[in-house]
Amino acid sequence: MNLFAHIGRATLAMLTEIGRVAMFLKDALLQGLTPKIFPRQIIGQMVHIGYFSLPVVGLTAFFTGGALALQIYLGSSRFNAESLVASIVALGITRELGPVLAGLMVAGRVGASIAAELGTMRVTEQIDALVTLATNPFKYLVGPRIIAAVVTLPMLVGIADIIGIMGGYIVGTRSLGLNGFAYIRNTADFLEFNDVSSGLIKAAVFGFIIAVMGCYHGFNSSGGAQGVGRATTNAVVSSAILILAANFALTTLLFAD
Amino acid sequence: MAGAGYIELTGVRKSFGAKHVLNGVTLSVPKGHSLVVIGGSGTGKSVMLKCILGLLHPDSGSIRIAGEEVVGLRGSARDEYLARFGMLFQGAALFDSLSVWENVAFGLIQGRHMARSRARDIAIEKLGQVGLTPEVGNLHPAELSGGMQKRVGLARAIAADPEIIFFDEPTTGLDPIMADVINNLIVDCVKRLGATTVSITHDMASARKIADDIAMIFKGEIVWQGPAKTIDNSGNAYVDQFIHGRAEGPIQMDVLKP
Ligand SMILES: Nc1ncnc2c1ncn2[C@@H]1O[C@H](COP(=O)(O)OP(=O)(O)OP(=O)(O)O)[C@@H](O)[C@H]1O
Ligand SMILES: [Mg+2]
Repeated sequence: MNLFAHIGRATLAMLTEIGRVAMFLKDALLQGLTPKIFPRQIIGQMVHIGYFSLPVVGLTAFFTGGALALQIYLGSSRFNAESLVASIVALGITRELGPVLAGLMVAGRVGASIAAELGTMRVTEQIDALVTLATNPFKYLVGPRIIAAVVTLPMLVGIADIIGIMGGYIVGTRSLGLNGFAYIRNTADFLEFNDVSSGLIKAAVFGFIIAVMGCYHGFNSSGGAQGVGRATTNAVVSSAILILAANFALTTLLFAD
Repeated sequence: MAGAGYIELTGVRKSFGAKHVLNGVTLSVPKGHSLVVIGGSGTGKSVMLKCILGLLHPDSGSIRIAGEEVVGLRGSARDEYLARFGMLFQGAALFDSLSVWENVAFGLIQGRHMARSRARDIAIEKLGQVGLTPEVGNLHPAELSGGMQKRVGLARAIAADPEIIFFDEPTTGLDPIMADVINNLIVDCVKRLGATTVSITHDMASARKIADDIAMIFKGEIVWQGPAKTIDNSGNAYVDQFIHGRAEGPIQMDVLKP
């Protein structure tokens, strides 16, 4: 077949998908995030998205902080600049690795479960049943997930920042022989509010991406168990890619000067 | 518009891609009547109910409830419209994240803002009417048998005493005695609550018991509609073949002979 036909078809398919997501986003914002609100659902989702993601996000941050400290130590010792370890770990974790890794881990854990749950509800007609019980599924299902993800991801990243820096501290003081007091002082002196807040802003955006992509793919799944499986995969892959792209855009934007 | 039906469908068409499911359905149900729709598997009965509820959008045609066009309703007008309905889905479609009583009480709590404790009492009462004990109320849908799920779906459909109730195969999967209990319940909904109902069934005993009128759908069209009493001498070859369950007749099943 003609190469141009292939490219044309792929482009059209992508534009269609972007259009669909945009339509979904419109409904999610205009219907899902306007009254009436469902406090019970929001709290339930916060527990599910935020609280239950703590272990996986915490472990990721801890090991990443530790590995970062090791690498930076190995690199900086070539210039006798070991005192930089603390500050670079803190910067790397709060600005980039904390939000990105937490975002990716939550995309895998929560994005998948949102898509699977809503996908199953779609194919078993539970979403239709909601409508017939005069309950808008955007308000009942989509809104609470978006709100919960946008609120809890920054919290998770805040905790990940602390645990990641702690991981760096433990590796730095225990196995690299850095002075513990100096490590903490270096971290505290060097870190600025802006470093942390930019990471938290990123986290909120990533939370939004995860919830919207999970809901979008779940809502539009069809064709039984296979369709739900496909929706789950697509939700995770698309939110992971969007998170990385958004991270780049946000880094450019937030650190423009 | 012609006809004084409470539910009035005119020329409703619906296709999925190249597959034409509804080919101009025209149907009328007077207020407080019970219509039973019969017809072969895959002829578009469930699709027709979903079009009326707005879960599927008809390609063309008009659907009027109490004289008001409802195709394309949006926003709060649609919510208000749907609040008048109860629907039993063919597959029950229970919310599996909620307990049985929360399922039944869902429309009362979310739609009518009733207090949970009060809604719970009503849910337990409705469960009783479909032959389920209060203990069942605390279980989750996954812990129930197929027939029990169907009955919970029925209890959910009637919980808010809706004006219009759709039952998609209410007695399928139930034993004959329980099926008759459910038939009585449906008749009672019409008589006592004055509800207008549309039921889909393959079970002729059930159809005879609950129907004021019967309509037969074939290949996406209504081929016969008339009072339930006249079903045996309809003079319609499709209806005769269906109610006697004969393989020979104008309705041909596309099956390979062994
Ligand atoms: N969402 C959909 N997408 C594509 N095709 C559909 C969809 N829903 C229904 N159909 C098709 O429409 C036809 C009618 O389906 P419908 O569920 O209305 O049948 P039915 O009359 O209720 O049958 P049964 O008695 O077996 O329940 C079927 O052939 C089905 O394949
Ligand atoms: Mg059906």
